[in-house]
Amino acid sequence: MGYCPNTPDDIREMLAVIGAGSVEELFSSIPADLRARSFDLPPGMSELELTRHMKEKAAACGADIVPFIGGGIYDHFIPAAVDHLASRAEFYTAYTPYQPECAQGTLQALYEYQSTICRLTGMEASNASLYDGGTAVAEAALMSLRITERHKVILDASVNPLHREIVSGYLHSLSAEAVQVEPKGCTSDLDRLMAFIDGETAAVIVQSPDFFGNVQDFRALAQKAHEHEALLIVSCYPIALGLVASPGEMGADIAVGEGQSLGNPVSFGGPYFGFIATRKRFIRNLPGRIVGETIDHQARRGFVLTLQAREQHIKRHKATSNICSNQSLCALRGLIFCAALGKKGFEELALLNYDKAQYAKSVLASVKGVDLLTGGATFNEFTLSLPWDASEVVQRILEKGVAAGVPLGRYYQGMEKALLVTVTEKRSKDEIDRLAVLLEEALWS
Amino acid sequence: MELIFEKSVSGRCGVRVPLSDVPKAPPLSEALRRQEPVRLPEVSELDLVRHYTNLSRRNFSVDTNFYPLGSCTMKYNSKVNEDVAALFAGCHPVLALLPGGESLVQGPLSLVHGLERQLAEITGMDEVTTQPLAGAHGEMTGIMVIAAYHKARGDNKRKYVIVPDSSHGTNPASAAMAGYEIVTVPTAPYGDMDLDLYRKAMNEEVAAVMLTCPNTLGLFNPHIAEICAIAHEAGALTYYDGANLNAILGKVRPGDVGFDVIHVNLHKTFSTPHGGGGPGSGPIGVRGDLVRYLPTPRVVRREDGSFAVEDHPEGIGRVSDFFGNFGIMARAYAYITMLGREGLIEVSEHAVLNANYMMARLKEEYELPFDQTCMHECVFSASRQVEHGVHAIDVAKYLVDRGFHPPTVYFPLNVKEAIMIEPTETESRQTMDAFIEVMLEAARLARENPERLQEAPVTTPVGRLDETRAARAQQVCCE
Amino acid sequence: MAKFFTKEHEWVEMAGGQATVGISEHAAHELGDITYVELPKIGRSVKQFDTLAGIESVKAASDIYAPISGKVVEVNQALDEAPELVNQGAEAQGWICKLEGVDEGELASLMDAETYGTYLRGL
Repeated sequence: MGYCPNTPDDIREMLAVIGAGSVEELFSSIPADLRARSFDLPPGMSELELTRHMKEKAAACGADIVPFIGGGIYDHFIPAAVDHLASRAEFYTAYTPYQPECAQGTLQALYEYQSTICRLTGMEASNASLYDGGTAVAEAALMSLRITERHKVILDASVNPLHREIVSGYLHSLSAEAVQVEPKGCTSDLDRLMAFIDGETAAVIVQSPDFFGNVQDFRALAQKAHEHEALLIVSCYPIALGLVASPGEMGADIAVGEGQSLGNPVSFGGPYFGFIATRKRFIRNLPGRIVGETIDHQARRGFVLTLQAREQHIKRHKATSNICSNQSLCALRGLIFCAALGKKGFEELALLNYDKAQYAKSVLASVKGVDLLTGGATFNEFTLSLPWDASEVVQRILEKGVAAGVPLGRYYQGMEKALLVTVTEKRSKDEIDRLAVLLEEALWS
Repeated sequence: MELIFEKSVSGRCGVRVPLSDVPKAPPLSEALRRQEPVRLPEVSELDLVRHYTNLSRRNFSVDTNFYPLGSCTMKYNSKVNEDVAALFAGCHPVLALLPGGESLVQGPLSLVHGLERQLAEITGMDEVTTQPLAGAHGEMTGIMVIAAYHKARGDNKRKYVIVPDSSHGTNPASAAMAGYEIVTVPTAPYGDMDLDLYRKAMNEEVAAVMLTCPNTLGLFNPHIAEICAIAHEAGALTYYDGANLNAILGKVRPGDVGFDVIHVNLHKTFSTPHGGGGPGSGPIGVRGDLVRYLPTPRVVRREDGSFAVEDHPEGIGRVSDFFGNFGIMARAYAYITMLGREGLIEVSEHAVLNANYMMARLKEEYELPFDQTCMHECVFSASRQVEHGVHAIDVAKYLVDRGFHPPTVYFPLNVKEAIMIEPTETESRQTMDAFIEVMLEAARLARENPERLQEAPVTTPVGRLDETRAARAQQVCCE
Repeated sequence: MAKFFTKEHEWVEMAGGQATVGISEHAAHELGDITYVELPKIGRSVKQFDTLAGIESVKAASDIYAPISGKVVEVNQALDEAPELVNQGAEAQGWICKLEGVDEGELASLMDAETYGTYLRGL
């Protein structure tokens, strides 16, 4: 490919202007003993060859498997407009909007994104995105340490296990403590969580729906946390917020979550985005970029990156976070997704997920030997107990082209027979019925 | 322009949600239910498309404007990379973690592994992990690996990380998040970290030194091997900030020079689009005895040639949910594969040629604090223009009026009125000449008609914005 | 009583056993439009030259160091709503906080207004 446009004539003339004899001469400040000892890469490929090569790899990516798996990452429908608009090169080939006059497109979109996140979560101030759900929970934990000047968070073990690992790693580095509270069966043990809160607690971190699928009421927990001047951090699933009470309504101080389900494809783990939103009084403790509204000298409305003095490029080691690049384009997709569905569509989408999962729950729980472990309210996920090891059962069904769910033994001791099943709006009644048949076959034939 | 919320009309709807094919379930209890629907905009699909299409037109971007933003490597992003990355959109990452699932996702796993091997060869490191989601995330991960290394040796007295004062702000911020205190070493008059002061700062309480090379002035530091040796003698490790790797592709490998840990910004050197601020991707590479501390999980190649996901029990734990920003990694893999060995060497050669050409042609009019051959970028100062009341920001805003994205201004901090230009290898001489003409014109206007620069930009949808007002008002979402 | 200044551009003024602390007009001018003052917590004890408070403009953030040891007994709450008071009168209505239990002997290590003026001209 002709990647570098300058021709031999250009190069010769440019070297003459520079006053150098050769391109190699420009590298003469590099001592000989520091030169690369190897650079053993294959020759390049044409675009056609590359496309073939990548198609071969993509052919083996399980895209034809019918997924009843979620556990934080969800297979939702993405309206065509999302791809088309986010694929405008003016969005995706721009960089961080440090020169606001020629970046109003990105800046206004991020302001709309922040507004959307606030409306979804019932919060007052959102940043312009974080990396992913797990790092968002970790950043919220660090934020609570800063606000309360305390060193301990209480972490409900029914929070996504991958997220908990990330939180523990971040806190460990700062010699802060994450006390994990085991669930009672397949539900958060709210009473024990409350008993753990004391005057040393920076925050209690919970998730709704939790990793087992339970939708929970955290109002009493919020009250208890606030009695001890601790914060309540709620990790949430944005699609569920079309139906379920928001973290704000529940009394949360910080709402975070994985934004993938809003218009971003599952794409083997990324890129997605994390979101974080809080009460206005904590805005200065938010990590990452924030867009604010202002005016120019003619009083025309415009948008700028604001409160930058919190950030690493100004405050260096005292910054609220080290984050620089975020997941702006993925956040833009989230915004367009929400706007495409709109007030009515978003609620209908949530209801559809809810109804399908409730149907699947009843159908699957009536398979012989299968019980429901999440007996209370759920959204589009629930946990089943199988008569024997869920891993074996999942493997057998996977051979039929269906991913039946996530076996929980990997994440929770003693839960080898538990299976987390996810049903989004994309799963048809026929697919759900077929899963019931496959489950029955896998268990009993 | 109006906000999308301001275009909302009650009852209007964009995308239709499908009808349900299952019975209606009993509703959630009152306490758990949302009290009112989310106040999202109610717009038609056409309203939506027009709104965001018109918003996009209020951006400068690589595809529409020359974008010589120093330190950010705003190179062209080949279209084929977008297409091939999209091929994996439907691949669910949890599949890889299911029993029997690995065999279904051999394609993407082979890509993760392949990219890690490519980056290891390019940087001269032994192993690479693609998990970190951006450059700063890579820095933090790298310093956590260094902390784990010292801790495993029972070496618990190390509590400092050394950074030069010219470093990117992410370096000290990342080290602080990994639990370290920061020691900042000033820049010497020759433009690099002061070697004597560095020697004095180094001792057995230092865990690591973080360095960018070429440095933020675009200069290659000839003392990097010595800096590494001094650190190693004191038992500290060396961290290479790969932000400026574009300058040395195929010429220098940080691993050969003596660096222990490196991060690479795929969105800079390896041509993945910047997305208006992200997503990026910040893989880290380490030398042999640090491999065991890399985060979990690892993608490994088995003897039979198949790929597997393995836990990494001795590692620092998990830093992101899955395997990193896979879609970004796929673009970088495609870029490296398409360019190949010769193509990548050509990248650094043309990047350096272009930057030196820019420097040679502009130094008559703009002060060049360090007048020597530069690498991939050059740093001027607007100090001569200041005499006429024109600052770097005024030059920058005038460039906007003339259709060019400004260079980075006021960074690095050790140059007053800094103007940092990084043309990248993908720009032609003709494009650069057009930019140079406008820069020279700006210098002339600074002398003859400074007001023209001070009032710029006048061609954009808004003029200079009141940032003080924004910071005081804290209006960050609409009511 | 007169003001005393530090090399880091804080000032302190004693009155009735209380020390009023702020930043100098020079510092306020250098920072530009102040957007935020991070006030110390009441009841906090600080040693001379420890970090006491923080101050931000659009493009900069600085620490404010205690010009004298003591315990914070009052903060200028008006700065929460109107940080611009520091720009309008850094050495008057833009004061930051008041300290008690101070050791006036420490003032000897600071500069009086005249010496500070000379110091500024030498910068």
